[in-house]
Amino acid sequence: MTTTIIWTIAIISGLGLLLALTLYLVAQRFKVVEDPRIELVEKAMPGANCGGCGFAGCHAFADSAVKAPNLDNHFCPVGGNETMKKVAEILGYEIKEKAPMVAVVRCAGTCAARPKTSEYDGSVSCKVKASLYAGDTGCAYGCLGCGDCVAACKFGALSMDPETGLPVVDEEKCTACGACVKACPKAIIELRKKGPRGMREFVSCVNKDKGPSVKKACANACIGCGICQKTCTHDAITVENNVAYIDFDKCKLCRECEAMCPTGAIHGVNFPKPLDKDAVKARVQERQKKAREAAAAAAAKPVGEPVEPPVQEPVVLKKEESNG
Amino acid sequence: MDKILVSPNPHIHSKTTTAVLMRDVVIALLPAVLVSVVFYGWKELFVLAVSVISCMAIEYLITRYCLKKASTLGDWSAAVTGILLALNLPSTTPWWVVFLGALVAIGVAKMTFGGLGQNVFNPALVGRVFLLISFPTYMTHWEIPQGLFGVDAISGATPLGVIKEGLMQGSTVPELMASHGYSYSQMLFANIGGSAGEACAIAILLGFIYLLVRKVIKPWITLSILGTVAAVSCVFWLANPAQFTDPLFNLLSGGLLLGACFMATDYVTSPMSTKGGIIFGVGIGFITLMIRYFGSYPEGVSFAILIMNSTVPLLNKWFHQKKYGRA
Amino acid sequence: MARRTFSIGGVHPADSKISRDCKLEYLPIPPTVYIALSQHIGAPAKPVVAVGDKVKAGQVIAEPGAFMSAYIHSSVSGTVKSIGPRKDLSGNNQMVVEIAVEGDEWMENIDRADNLVTSIPDDPKAIIEKIKLGGVVGLGGATFPTHVKLSPPPGKTCEMLIINGCECEPYLTSDFRTLLEKGEQVVVGTALIKKALGVAKATIAIEDNKPEAIEHITKVVETLKAKGPEYSGIEVLSLMKKYPEGGEKQLIDAVMHRQVKSGGLPIDVGAVVDNVCTALAVYEAVQKNKPLIDNSVTVTGECFPKQANLIVRVGTPLNYVIDYLGGVPESAAKVISGGPMMGKSIANLEAATMKGTGGLLFLTREQTKRMPESSCIRCGKCADACPMGLEPFLLNRLAKAGDTDALEANAVQDCIMCGCCLYSCPAGIPLLDVISQARGQVMGIMRARAAAAKAAAEAAKASAGS
Repeated sequence: MTTTIIWTIAIISGLGLLLALTLYLVAQRFKVVEDPRIELVEKAMPGANCGGCGFAGCHAFADSAVKAPNLDNHFCPVGGNETMKKVAEILGYEIKEKAPMVAVVRCAGTCAARPKTSEYDGSVSCKVKASLYAGDTGCAYGCLGCGDCVAACKFGALSMDPETGLPVVDEEKCTACGACVKACPKAIIELRKKGPRGMREFVSCVNKDKGPSVKKACANACIGCGICQKTCTHDAITVENNVAYIDFDKCKLCRECEAMCPTGAIHGVNFPKPLDKDAVKARVQERQKKAREAAAAAAAKPVGEPVEPPVQEPVVLKKEESNG
Repeated sequence: MDKILVSPNPHIHSKTTTAVLMRDVVIALLPAVLVSVVFYGWKELFVLAVSVISCMAIEYLITRYCLKKASTLGDWSAAVTGILLALNLPSTTPWWVVFLGALVAIGVAKMTFGGLGQNVFNPALVGRVFLLISFPTYMTHWEIPQGLFGVDAISGATPLGVIKEGLMQGSTVPELMASHGYSYSQMLFANIGGSAGEACAIAILLGFIYLLVRKVIKPWITLSILGTVAAVSCVFWLANPAQFTDPLFNLLSGGLLLGACFMATDYVTSPMSTKGGIIFGVGIGFITLMIRYFGSYPEGVSFAILIMNSTVPLLNKWFHQKKYGRA
Repeated sequence: MARRTFSIGGVHPADSKISRDCKLEYLPIPPTVYIALSQHIGAPAKPVVAVGDKVKAGQVIAEPGAFMSAYIHSSVSGTVKSIGPRKDLSGNNQMVVEIAVEGDEWMENIDRADNLVTSIPDDPKAIIEKIKLGGVVGLGGATFPTHVKLSPPPGKTCEMLIINGCECEPYLTSDFRTLLEKGEQVVVGTALIKKALGVAKATIAIEDNKPEAIEHITKVVETLKAKGPEYSGIEVLSLMKKYPEGGEKQLIDAVMHRQVKSGGLPIDVGAVVDNVCTALAVYEAVQKNKPLIDNSVTVTGECFPKQANLIVRVGTPLNYVIDYLGGVPESAAKVISGGPMMGKSIANLEAATMKGTGGLLFLTREQTKRMPESSCIRCGKCADACPMGLEPFLLNRLAKAGDTDALEANAVQDCIMCGCCLYSCPAGIPLLDVISQARGQVMGIMRARAAAAKAAAEAAKASAGS
């Protein structure tokens, strides 16, 4: 009895040792030598493997970052500047800070504003729907509402609003990885700068058709009238292909364009105070009137005397507004 | 015309839905069900009812309350499992054993894998094998069945069981056949004892032909099972007729026909390609015979099908249909 | 004798050719036509008229924009009102030439007499040139420019011309009526294409659900064979009714028992396939100088009270056609351009017909509504139905997983979008929706790879040369 136990213990232990030795030797033999910094960098990454940086995953990013001469082509949108600082520290590189971005849905074609003209009966997929036809509304550019972006988001930041039929971005969760931008076949979603305290202005429409037909299709659309362009004193708005676009680097958040837009296609979000449309409108109209008078006066005056453009005043005004 | 309907092509669809296919299987099983009720009496009807109702109730409860999805009873697949399970049990099985079988079949073998289309093993067979292993007394002991219209039914073990036991005691096959008076015509029209579905080969073949005519299934799997059983048993029987049963006996006895026609051809748990199906069938036939000849159980169809079910993913990976314009 | 057909897959949807007894009839000319500049595969045509120009029927209004392109002619006489974007049948903008109709004046060189011209020109090049000038494109659905198809790349020879009279799509009958009523012209057109290709054999393939057409064309071929040696070698072949018999690859398999390799062209196995209506258009372009400015359109559907086979000028607004026959019926839910299997759902009834428009089909909600999707029961019906021998259930799964390598290995790029898989799926799984997306993606990857390989080869050549 005792001998049996002893033998059993001895054999099992021996076998264990032998196998452990084999495992160790095999591990040594097939060891892959990797730059240890890769692992360090990877640990500093968020580990979501979302591919938002343009690499297959966090490991691929780390591998490429370690081998790269600088970090100009490497940015983790999910971890943002915090993560990139850590990565730069590990690798001893300099980095330029990037402003935080957020996904913005540039379509305001709610069910109420954009009546349905047909009934779609295929797969619930924007890609399938987009390759089949222009969409089940009069607008050939707007949101198709099948939620490809929602499915593409790995952070749960997107959801469909059942009432409007449009996707909604949860700014807290959005990491600006850009997966939704790639998923949207209509190129409606754009990564824009988050702005100070999240405040930003954008044109919530991408319809390139001419005004009258756009108006017929959707009440909230940009009709390309160009009023915003004329209103903007910072040269931030361009109207191309019948649709306006606000350059977020130039925009000073004065909200004048938003107040002047006849269809409400320009949206301002996260502003602490609601926009007093009439007051801003009156102010802008007053300024434009003055400018016209000044121009008329300048035209009447002999050439050579420069005209003071009335630019300074609204900037001060707008600052008050955004701070208040 | 309200709003124009828009969808990708095609714009028309075949009228054959999952429910229609499953209903066809139920219709194909009706002859076997009728015959079994006639031969085994009200008891069999009771087993059938318990099995079908429990299968459907369990599926309903799981889909509604565990998975929180819409009920899938409309696809008739739970009813098919219920009927097949009942046909695989002796008519004397107590109701709670039948219920346990249904619980394992639907609850374990089907729903835990994700429901219809996801299960690896045939649910009815898993239920049956579970009962066979857990309650061997109920599953192998056949009492005198009371025929519905006083049809004589004979008590005792199944022919396969009798022969297995006899061989172990040293008798030879011809002796046993003669002493028990087994004849092929009896087997073809009304079996001697066993599970309800094994009662009548003709009824099962009728159902099989119906499925073929309605194009619900293709014949390759069934034919390759029966062909393999016939060929392999022929070899053994010719080598030693005293030890091994003959091909016709093997084809007609036990659950082979029921298994080959209705269980092995189950869409979900059989290979997709014709080539894969034939290999699948050959495997079932061979394993069945090996169990019958050399195993400890008298019957091996259930085990054979379940074993081959596990090879289906591999067969699907290896064998594909012939593609156009490719070698 | 066994009925001949293609060897893999196929489905048997109900025939529903309810408009088969409706004679071809000319639709009155609409007040305005909208002629699209891209009515063919390849580059859009470049307009050569300006707003305000007077045009006659048959006058060139746009020239080919590239090698793979086609001439476009005015289908009416009148004044060019505008050249600009207009919504097509899917609601997307497309460049069109809008012409306000004034009278019906034709170009002088067009022979509008009814007599049959049977003499075949001697020079194949001249025939192809006339086909090109006539703006003839394939009318079987793909609208491939015919003159390009009839100029095989050097080194490839054609052994057999197949004229496709299968019309395997349910409901459609315009090819059938054309065969019956314009059979002579079709056969002369066949002889013209045969001459252009310099091929000895031609087969007019017709499905056996059209026995009248088979009988009629056989008779016509017999009579014409007496007219000259150009008509010898033309045969009529009856094929078993099965969808998609009219698919180019399937038809070649059925007629010649040869299969086109993946990624290959019919000419690789010595075949050229043209539709019967294309043969008619070739006849008109070559023998009568009449360019492709009208085509036959079947207007049908059980819920549509007045079925018809109409000859419609290119660019006629769809709602003009429909209103002529009594308007959209109340019970119709879907309007399809083409047949029910491969046709395109129309979202915009204000769109205009194009050269390739072969049918307008009205289906009720009951006939066409997709059933709710349930889980795959692995019945394999999609794989049995696929005429390319693919496994749609597998492709669907791989596409959902985004595994493009496995999709390519399982030949998703071979899909011909015939719709058999989705037609036959008992679980209502939108197989084709998913597969066609995956197919586009994989083909994009393959093209990118081919381009990269080509660039690499050229770079290697350049460095070797220097």
